Amino acid sequence: METILGLDYPTLWYLVVGLLFSGYAILEGFDYGAGAWHLFFKKDLSRRIAINAIGPLWDANQVWLIIGGGALFAGFPVMYATLLSSMYIPFMLFLMLLVLRSSAIKFRSAEEMIWWRKTWDIIYFASNTLISFLLGVVLANVLQGLEIGENYSYKGGMFFSFLNPYAIMVGLTSLSLFMTQGAIFLLLKTEGRLYARLTFLLKKSMIFFLVSFAATSLYTLVFLAGVTDKFREFPVFFVIPVLAFLAVANIPRLVSKKKYVYALIFSSLTMAFLLMLVAFQLYPVLLPSKISPEYSVTIYNAASSQKSLGIMLTIVAIGSPLLAGYFLFLYRTFHGKVKLDDTSY
Amino acid sequence: MFLFRILTRTSGFPERFWFRHAQTHKDPPWFDHHYFQLIYLQKTTKIHAKNWDAGHNLKSHKMETEILARIQFAFTIAFHYIYPPLSIGLGLIMVFMEGMYLKTGNKQYEVLTRFWLKIFAITFGIGVATGIIMEFEFGTNWAVYSRYVGDIFGSALAAEGLFAFGLESAFLGILLFGWNRVSTKVHFISTIGVFLGSMFSAVWIVVANSWQQTPAGYHIVGEGFNARAEVTDFWAMVFNPSSVDRIIHVWQGALLAGAFLVLSVHAYYLLNGRYVEISKKAFKIALGIATIFSLTQLLSGHSSADGVAVNQPAKLAAMEGHYEVSAPADLYLFGWVNNQTQEVTGLKLPGGLSFLVHQDFKEPITGLNAFPKDERPGQVNAVFQFYHIMISIGMFLIALTLYASFLWWRGNLFEKKWLLKIFAFSVLLPQIANQAGWFAAEMGRQPWIVYGHLRTSEGFSQEVSSNQILFSLIMFFIVYTILFLLFLYSVNKKIKQGPYDETKAPNEFLKFV
Repeated sequence: METILGLDYPTLWYLVVGLLFSGYAILEGFDYGAGAWHLFFKKDLSRRIAINAIGPLWDANQVWLIIGGGALFAGFPVMYATLLSSMYIPFMLFLMLLVLRSSAIKFRSAEEMIWWRKTWDIIYFASNTLISFLLGVVLANVLQGLEIGENYSYKGGMFFSFLNPYAIMVGLTSLSLFMTQGAIFLLLKTEGRLYARLTFLLKKSMIFFLVSFAATSLYTLVFLAGVTDKFREFPVFFVIPVLAFLAVANIPRLVSKKKYVYALIFSSLTMAFLLMLVAFQLYPVLLPSKISPEYSVTIYNAASSQKSLGIMLTIVAIGSPLLAGYFLFLYRTFHGKVKLDDTSY
Repeated sequence: MFLFRILTRTSGFPERFWFRHAQTHKDPPWFDHHYFQLIYLQKTTKIHAKNWDAGHNLKSHKMETEILARIQFAFTIAFHYIYPPLSIGLGLIMVFMEGMYLKTGNKQYEVLTRFWLKIFAITFGIGVATGIIMEFEFGTNWAVYSRYVGDIFGSALAAEGLFAFGLESAFLGILLFGWNRVSTKVHFISTIGVFLGSMFSAVWIVVANSWQQTPAGYHIVGEGFNARAEVTDFWAMVFNPSSVDRIIHVWQGALLAGAFLVLSVHAYYLLNGRYVEISKKAFKIALGIATIFSLTQLLSGHSSADGVAVNQPAKLAAMEGHYEVSAPADLYLFGWVNNQTQEVTGLKLPGGLSFLVHQDFKEPITGLNAFPKDERPGQVNAVFQFYHIMISIGMFLIALTLYASFLWWRGNLFEKKWLLKIFAFSVLLPQIANQAGWFAAEMGRQPWIVYGHLRTSEGFSQEVSSNQILFSLIMFFIVYTILFLLFLYSVNKKIKQGPYDETKAPNEFLKFV
């Protein structure tokens, strides 16, 4: 098997996919988070500012989901097919909520009628909240494993079995983390009374996050069998949870000093470290089977051919500087506080 | 009837409830006795069948799942495909308009660009939203297929995301909201970026689909369930026998869709005597594009059909309803295929297809009967009709645009009210042609999902039940219907509002023109 820097191609692609989904979580994290605060703003103008804060950015941020999905399909087709067909209903709901969310952004401010805007506000708020929650549910189910039998056939329930207590806890954690991320992002984009209100809301969301994070961590350690085995095997990697906890602890400190740019960086790092923790915990398994470990989807039985992975690593090597360039340009163009004009939503 | 089927399935009541209801009450006029009796019979026979042959029920269940999965895919992809062609086509028009503005400094072109940008924003938004669903629907509904082609199809999708979609989405923000933040030149570059991004998107998606039609640059590894296609030659996969023809064909179809939307709207303005000055300018830009591409579309269509003749003879035979194993094939202007008697009734040019493929009216063409029944398309008439709808519309568009261009050259284009009236409705034509063309291409490929290798009946997700698909299908149907109405409403509103407020300050605007 060919390697680069001592890592074989499936492992490298595992890192690429992990990186893409971390990027998705970080960037869409503040989009979804900002949306999950939507009904907490009472005035129509505040709501418009909140939508326009992400207005020029959300479409570009969503690219991370599209590339991430494409990368999963390309590199680990077995994982892509098995996960999506097993969790059919949750993913269909997720996709439908994405459609509703983007329609809400597009159509909300198109009309002035109160009932029109109220309806879209509710749809926007609900879709963002549920998406944030569902992402956590999916992550928890991947961590716990699914009832995968022979030939990657799924034997479990359709929907409610995915909503087990652990999944709900992880769902609440992801929701609260996104809300924290969203509130910090909106603080960078707003001024005046909305800014003052957000400082208040941010504190609430940090408490919400810390409580659900602590509960989830505890539950993971106590009830998820074998989560600590990997660390006994490779003690060096204990640095990841330590860094994750430090990043979490640093957010309230920076917020109290009103250093919101750094707070945003550290809440993003929190997401990255937590996902790294999950990735390290799972590796080299992608989707554990609850029925028998031999049926688990791993990066080796799920991976595309060496040739294909090599081609795609080249594509990524060429494409990612381009993508980074576009994003730098976009974010530089739209930095600073939101100013509504005739092109705004 | 379909609605009832959904109702009876989802209401939680067994079909017998509805059946009894029909017996004891006076039936409403829409109530169909025969249908419910049929369901009742099916139900009882199914139970009967279950008792003596457990396998029967499983088989019919699988078939149901396959059909529902196919309906859902067809519905979601057809709905999605309303929007991306408009985005691509409007992209080119906006590049021209903004380019003219930069070149001439004429404010009218800026007004036009800004106006079309508003409509572009809506089509692009819905296109992206419905496109994400497509990306994940391969995994949810076509798991076996995804495992089979992931090695090949996946890299095309990944390249699409990274090279094309990144480009268009990043520049979209600047295009829509950047007027006051960047210079006009940078804005123009963003317009070009979004247009090129959408063109590249089309390339990768069509490459992936073309590989399904004419696989190349791969080998099959493994057997039975674990069989899958792996890349051996990336460039042979990308430039498979049909991809170049089809990319050009799809591009031009998309450019026509956008151009005719612009033609329609401005023809409507001209008929109503609104925005006459700028409408004439926009109409000419769009007419130029429409004339060129409806002509070249004929060439690329011909070249594409030549490719089908070589690579997918069964599809070509289905397109013209040609059954004889080896005989000269006719070319139909229109017709109706009877798959049972293998007869086509309609107006034809004898030996016409042979002439188009081989430049000889007598040369034989392989017919459908040369293939075993389970290796050729079953819905011959549907393929035939979709194909002929596409061709007829294409021919009509050529005649329409050539005549209009002739009048433009003569200088009396805008005096013919009846022509403008046709143009006002012409937006539907390329849309219908695009849809029909895709239906012909995809139904003509059946029963294969990957031509010659994997059957559609083997490709769907085995673990997803028909009830789950019914649930998502109903959900899609409801949300997409609402979305479509919103789309029509908001585009209509933008058109009614117009590029600028004419009543308020007509002179003020004309001053700086």
